[in-house]
Amino acid sequence: MTAWYEKTAHEIRDALRQGETTAVEITQNFLDRIDAVDKQVGAYLQIWNESALEQAVQIDARLANGEDVGPLAGVPMSLKDLFCTLRGNTTCASRMLANFESPYNATAVQRLEDAGAIFLGKVNLDEFAMGSSTENSAFQKTRNPWNLNCVPGGSSGGSAASVAADCCTFSLSSDTGGSIRQPASLCGCVGLKPTYGRVSRKGQVAFASSLDQIGPMCKDVEDAALVLNVICGKDPLDATTADLPVPNFSKALTGDVKGLRIGLPKEYFTESLNPEMRALIEQAIDVLKGQGAEFMEVSLPHTDYAVAVYYIICTAEASANLARFDGVRYGFRHPDAKNIQELYVKSKSEGFGPEVQRRIMLGTYVLSSGYYDAYYLKAQKVRSLIKQDFDRAFEQCDVILTPTSPTQAFQFGAKTDPLEMYLSDIYTISTNLAALPGISLPCGLTKDKLPAGLQLIGKPFDEAAILRTAHCYEQNRGFDMGKAPIA
Amino acid sequence: MEFEAVIGMEVHVELNSKSKVFCPCSTNFHAPANTNVCPVCLGMPGSLPVMNKDMVDKSVAVGLALNCTISRWSKMDRKNYFYPDLAKNYQISQYDLPLCYSGYMDVESDGHVRRVGITRAHMEEDTARNTHTIGNGESGVDFNRSGVPLLEIVTEPDIRSAQEAFDYLTQLKQILQYLNVSDCNMEEGSLRAEANISVRPKGSTPFGTKTEVKNVASFSGTMKAIDFEIKRQIQVIRDGGTIVQETRGWDADRGITFSQRMKESAHDYRYFPEPDLVPIVVDEAWELRIHEQQPELPNPRKHRFEADYGIPAYDAMVLTLTKSMADFFEATVAAGADAKKAANWIMGDLQALCSEAKRELGEEVLSPAHLAEMIRMIDAGEISGKIAKEVLAEMFASGKAPKTIVEEKGLVQISDSDALRESICQVLADNTPQVEQYKAGKERVIGFLVGQVMKATQGKANPQMVNELLKEELSKLS
Repeated sequence: MTAWYEKTAHEIRDALRQGETTAVEITQNFLDRIDAVDKQVGAYLQIWNESALEQAVQIDARLANGEDVGPLAGVPMSLKDLFCTLRGNTTCASRMLANFESPYNATAVQRLEDAGAIFLGKVNLDEFAMGSSTENSAFQKTRNPWNLNCVPGGSSGGSAASVAADCCTFSLSSDTGGSIRQPASLCGCVGLKPTYGRVSRKGQVAFASSLDQIGPMCKDVEDAALVLNVICGKDPLDATTADLPVPNFSKALTGDVKGLRIGLPKEYFTESLNPEMRALIEQAIDVLKGQGAEFMEVSLPHTDYAVAVYYIICTAEASANLARFDGVRYGFRHPDAKNIQELYVKSKSEGFGPEVQRRIMLGTYVLSSGYYDAYYLKAQKVRSLIKQDFDRAFEQCDVILTPTSPTQAFQFGAKTDPLEMYLSDIYTISTNLAALPGISLPCGLTKDKLPAGLQLIGKPFDEAAILRTAHCYEQNRGFDMGKAPIA
Repeated sequence: MEFEAVIGMEVHVELNSKSKVFCPCSTNFHAPANTNVCPVCLGMPGSLPVMNKDMVDKSVAVGLALNCTISRWSKMDRKNYFYPDLAKNYQISQYDLPLCYSGYMDVESDGHVRRVGITRAHMEEDTARNTHTIGNGESGVDFNRSGVPLLEIVTEPDIRSAQEAFDYLTQLKQILQYLNVSDCNMEEGSLRAEANISVRPKGSTPFGTKTEVKNVASFSGTMKAIDFEIKRQIQVIRDGGTIVQETRGWDADRGITFSQRMKESAHDYRYFPEPDLVPIVVDEAWELRIHEQQPELPNPRKHRFEADYGIPAYDAMVLTLTKSMADFFEATVAAGADAKKAANWIMGDLQALCSEAKRELGEEVLSPAHLAEMIRMIDAGEISGKIAKEVLAEMFASGKAPKTIVEEKGLVQISDSDALRESICQVLADNTPQVEQYKAGKERVIGFLVGQVMKATQGKANPQMVNELLKEELSKLS
């Protein structure tokens, strides 16, 4: 029997269209795989066996009728448990929402369902997407399929682990400061964060509204383009989505990078970059050079401020976004509260984990009277400067290439100092601050047999350029990443 | 020492948009509790606000009517505080860049005009309503009102008396009603007024410490509360005390304000720009479109009525109190009625009928052409003024044309002198004592005799003719 779970979305789509198999067989194959390996990995918080098979039966019936079943028909995938779904619970890996059922589907979820995707279930994350290792989940540990002693990265650790362990073809994720790209890098996946405004955030439980963006975690670049085609575009229910024409991203994968100007920001290639990572990135640069791309040094002078700016803006927004979880209308309500004040304090103190509480307090602080100008306002100004850095760099080049993560996957408990953990995202945060598209894709294994990732950053709404570059590299890198050693 | 009051007003107006400001739910918050709600106005996870353009249109209209500058570029902000009636625990409002700013209103008060500066008018969402009457020691929250469009209009501290504050509120309400942007129902909370009051020695510039009077259910209550508060503050100062900056409520029964100081520390709302919404850009074309749709406002209309129709200032003032009445008046005149007569009927009988029936004057209630026709019939002597009152009541009740009513009810005025003479002779024969009194020189008795004739003819007699014919017949007798 074919191991469908090893296949990509486009391979499964083609096999179904050619009648080689059925959606039910494929879905069952994935459910069996989850059953076999997810106990070790711990990616899934909810597995939707029944509804997944029901969806598959319907796809098969529609295929038999010769209906147009959509570009992702019969493709089994997972959802980061940060997206509102009518099925199951929407927990955000938080005690606060452990039993919460959303009354509606997120726009991106609905678009996937309309495109025929099959939902295998929802996967783990750092609570409310706050973290870089998925260790902040209130429910369970998710392990890196390449080395079960290591974290999968975060916050979309469940998404990355479920893709790397072949427990889905792709996963719908979100990225606020690197939450798609960093775990993709640590688990050897392709992770795409589109331009802010490209994909509707409606139904994504908000962490930091001006930074959050939904994107896919995939097995190859072609799948990333395929999924982006389905989820992107203007949504009247999200005022921040761009009303721009949407290209067919699959058609952007021409394989041609001749004359493409790729910038290497000198601030990203410093002494602090791990030499082994640097070597793998340089090999990738050589591959693209071989395909005709031109490389140049560019400068992003305000890079050093990015982490500080990010942790002011994202916590400020989070402090307001998470205020609604108060035990009044839904979610965890402390049973012993005697008055409204106690209801708030007790419900939040027990409903939220320590990292979430830390960020709410930080955000409340930076917005407080007397501190607003020194922190929030100044951070917004520096954010503009960071954006200007990219505007200037993009006058010289078409795409920027950087490492995705300063390190390979690290061991559980290795980073106990929050500040040290925050530095896991130093290469990815600026992209969110500047609202640019970024993609992480695997560029080899370290000597510890752990994946390394490179990041490509594009101009606003030019996902096509980074997808084309990534695809060209992927097709010409000259080695196979292989599979995570898990069975 | 003589004191002067310094008053600034903050008015919250619920705009009458069909849907809420950030979601498509109906703004009818009288529906059964929590029926006009959705994930957005309940603050459910993942929900996002989308700005209702109608709210911007209506807010711009108010801003223009109050002579404000309209921001070409403004934004929404989050105002953070915790309360169960606030779905997201932040209110989407406007902080440093309000949609409308730097306006004024010329308030006519007691024969003088006070120019009251409008600091700003900004958009925000209304909160839900808490109820504490459901028993079991439980409180309920009704989110029907959550997200209803709210415009907050703030004045400069330019008002100097309770009467001026009352006149400001009355004239503001009149403008809002002319613009048809709110039903301005204070009892239902669609218009809420708060006054900031301080006093200072007359002639001095620095402001005194202010108090804020909230939760007054009517304009007249607001006026009384301000009056009380001014006197109270002056008394406190005269007694050597100091004014405490605080919020005070109004006890309408006892006619006093009282401290509402709660155990709250100073609020820090931690405003910051709302990242879920894009900036509001009202370009010149948008502003011009609203400007062109503006109706003539009450003040200019009042002056035009005096000039164009030659009616007294008082009439013009009354007729322009509401747009519907002013429109009705003009339509009646356009249909051929004499302006002063139309004014008298509208301000008198018609207004009485409307207030009795609790209906607002408008074409749905009565056709202006019918009123014009009725006035013409009186002028032509076809009906008496007295009968006209009856006809008008019937027109108001049934919507029928005055001619139809007169025919159906047989109310045509008797102007036939032979017929009238017959009734008069009968009356004179039946009332010999009065006739004798008349003959003795008591001419006032003629009023009684006219009344008897009118009674005999069931009011249908032309009173002018009755008068003349009576005198004729009486002179024959003497």
